[in-house]
Amino acid sequence: MIYSFVGYYSLVLGLIIGLLLFYFSYKNFYTSYVLDTKILTFTFLQLFFVFISFLCLIFSFVVSDFSNETVFNNSHTTKPLFYKISGTWGNHEGSLLLWLLVLTLFIFLFLVRTKNQPIKYKILTLVFQQIIIVGFFLFLIKTSNPFNYIFPIPLEGLGLNPILQDPALAIHPPILYLGYVGSSIIFSSVLAATSLKIISTSWASHIKKWVLISWIFLTLGILLGSIWAYYELGWGGFWFWDPVENVSLMPWLALTTLLHCILVLEKKTILTSWVIILSIATFTLSMCGTFLVRSGILNSVHTFANDPERGLFILVFLFILIFLSMLIFFFFHKDNDKKSYNFFWLSKETSILINNWFMMYFLSVVLIGTVYPIFLDVISSQKISVGPPFYHKLMIPFLIPFLLMMAIGPKLRWIKSQIESKIYLISFLIISILLAFLVLKNFNQNILINTILISSALYLFFITLRDFFVKKYKNISQNIAHFGFSLLILSILFNNLFASEIITNLKVGETFKNSKTKIVFESIDQQKEQNYNAFIANFSISNSNGEEEKFSPELRIYNQPEIATSEADIKTTLMSDKFIVINLVQNQDFFNVRYQVKPFMLWIWLSVILISFGGIVSFLQKRL
Amino acid sequence: MKNKILPFGVIIIFGIIFFIFYKGLEESKIYTPDLNAKKELPVFNTKEFFSGKNIKSSSIFDLDKIYLLNIWSSWCVPCRQEHPILMNLNLENNINIIGMNYKDKLKNAENFLKELGNPYKKIFIDLDGTIAIEWGAYGVPESFLIYNNKIIKKYIGPLNQELVDEIKLLIK
Repeated sequence: MIYSFVGYYSLVLGLIIGLLLFYFSYKNFYTSYVLDTKILTFTFLQLFFVFISFLCLIFSFVVSDFSNETVFNNSHTTKPLFYKISGTWGNHEGSLLLWLLVLTLFIFLFLVRTKNQPIKYKILTLVFQQIIIVGFFLFLIKTSNPFNYIFPIPLEGLGLNPILQDPALAIHPPILYLGYVGSSIIFSSVLAATSLKIISTSWASHIKKWVLISWIFLTLGILLGSIWAYYELGWGGFWFWDPVENVSLMPWLALTTLLHCILVLEKKTILTSWVIILSIATFTLSMCGTFLVRSGILNSVHTFANDPERGLFILVFLFILIFLSMLIFFFFHKDNDKKSYNFFWLSKETSILINNWFMMYFLSVVLIGTVYPIFLDVISSQKISVGPPFYHKLMIPFLIPFLLMMAIGPKLRWIKSQIESKIYLISFLIISILLAFLVLKNFNQNILINTILISSALYLFFITLRDFFVKKYKNISQNIAHFGFSLLILSILFNNLFASEIITNLKVGETFKNSKTKIVFESIDQQKEQNYNAFIANFSISNSNGEEEKFSPELRIYNQPEIATSEADIKTTLMSDKFIVINLVQNQDFFNVRYQVKPFMLWIWLSVILISFGGIVSFLQKRL
Repeated sequence: MKNKILPFGVIIIFGIIFFIFYKGLEESKIYTPDLNAKKELPVFNTKEFFSGKNIKSSSIFDLDKIYLLNIWSSWCVPCRQEHPILMNLNLENNINIIGMNYKDKLKNAENFLKELGNPYKKIFIDLDGTIAIEWGAYGVPESFLIYNNKIIKKYIGPLNQELVDEIKLLIK
């Protein structure tokens, strides 16, 4: 009870401080040339109150205070402590509170860490950020208060959806939010810088680390979500082009493009319009993601809430922000790029510009695939669903020039001067094509498109690999990230091409056999855990070499809420994953067994980690 | 000139997007089978319950008569509750109750009728539940009021006295 009380009023206080900050900013903006200490204090206080409120919600979950509606809906006394805590942000209200916490944290850090920038710029950034913060306060308090009372107090809660009870998912939302919300700082500061007309190389190197932070977190957040889908959902894949996966991919694409533009802007004052629009787009797409997920406008595994009132609020708020930023862009921004610099057709800048357009193409494919069904439904009441084939067909062909561009682009500066570099570039290309051809020929796959794809990925792989050993080459962070990307594409390709799958129905004691694999369903055990009952099936699977391995996938029947889930048993080795999952067949005494061998699964995760590691290196370099 | 058109164009485009999202919010996202109210009857072939002979749907329903199609099953507990009400309704002269035996074992169904009585003029079998799907049924029990080969009204779940009174009113 006391936690809900304190939590709620801290939120109200936070909102009041947000309004006060507008007033102080207004006064400070015109009267003084130093940053008012009041502004810093109040920003800190706002962070403090949101933090208190967040702690209160965590405590309510820990002590299972069912007088709180959010706790009642999403928790249960038999849940392990770890999932009680992670349940705090596993629901709509709590996750918005977390979003607010990150918003206030970032603006505070921004004010403290930003030096050598005009004071008016800092104040304006604060104002824009406060517009977002106040909007979210209102949203939280008005439509999704996490501290609603229930009377009479229920004895037991309804429980957390079992598919959310997973360690990867416990940290997935906070990490992803750091990425999403981090882009709000970029948004606010770009609006401030545009209105003050201070977009320049020094501004770029200042904002670069914020871009890097949110990019790193967004990358890792998407990775965690993907790992969760692979291990928990048991569909045997890591990316399903689900609308909600797409809405996290879209800001990532925009942010990655932005990162490259900022890197150029750091050196020369060009691409300013790109930077502004991309900054706005990144945050808008993050918000749009919130809208799509929270309003229930589309159906997906992530749609927790189905509440049009909430959707309407975010929608109106989102478009206020969009119109505000458009207004600022069109009023204040004058594109001076052309006067100061002429693009040379064979330069790093041109290659980045070309890659930008490729990224924009990928972004629009994902965007159209995600929102087109909504549009079609509204306009003509037709229901369609856009699946993986759409994305694969539209994206894969364009990956080839994209990969080649990634390999050659960073070296364009040297191409003009040195002959021998040309020779190694071409020889690497030939080696890649030959290698790709040889690999595929042995496996009897569809040769032409795959050879080209794999060879272009291999090309990037070799070129970046070589650069690690060339001392002259300084841009280590870029090289790591690009190397990681080539590894990612290669792993995904090999994973798709060489995966094998067996689907069969088996009873206890039965055996499935084909030329390569023998699956024996040995026995089934029952086990009682704190919040679920488990049926553990024991399989022994042997391959053609006679090597035998034991697998024990589970079926879990959770008690609160009563939901059955399949826990896949996954054996991960360096080169391949073996994945087995069982499902109940209605009214039958056999189980549906799905066994997959997926090569290079681990490398997909590792390469994404490598990509974000590139970002981390770049972030740390700037500090030195 | 060009510089002025661009902002307006962008604002109009976003305005349209806003409008479409707004409309999208209003629509319910819960999918339901279409209600077959006042629609033509589906056409199907099936077996007669007692004789086991093949019959066509057209031979079951005549024009100008009122029918109540009742989907039932011996394993369905609410059907058991509903049964006396059907027996009662059968006393009315101007209604013919037709039974659709849904995913049932013949033996159990016969016992069920022996125990509780048979209110049905005719019974046909829907062994795998496909005919019920064609009727747009959600489950058992469910009843359809039929006149002139058209579905007048659909009752989901067991009938109670209140609904029977309504049916009696509709018949008149």
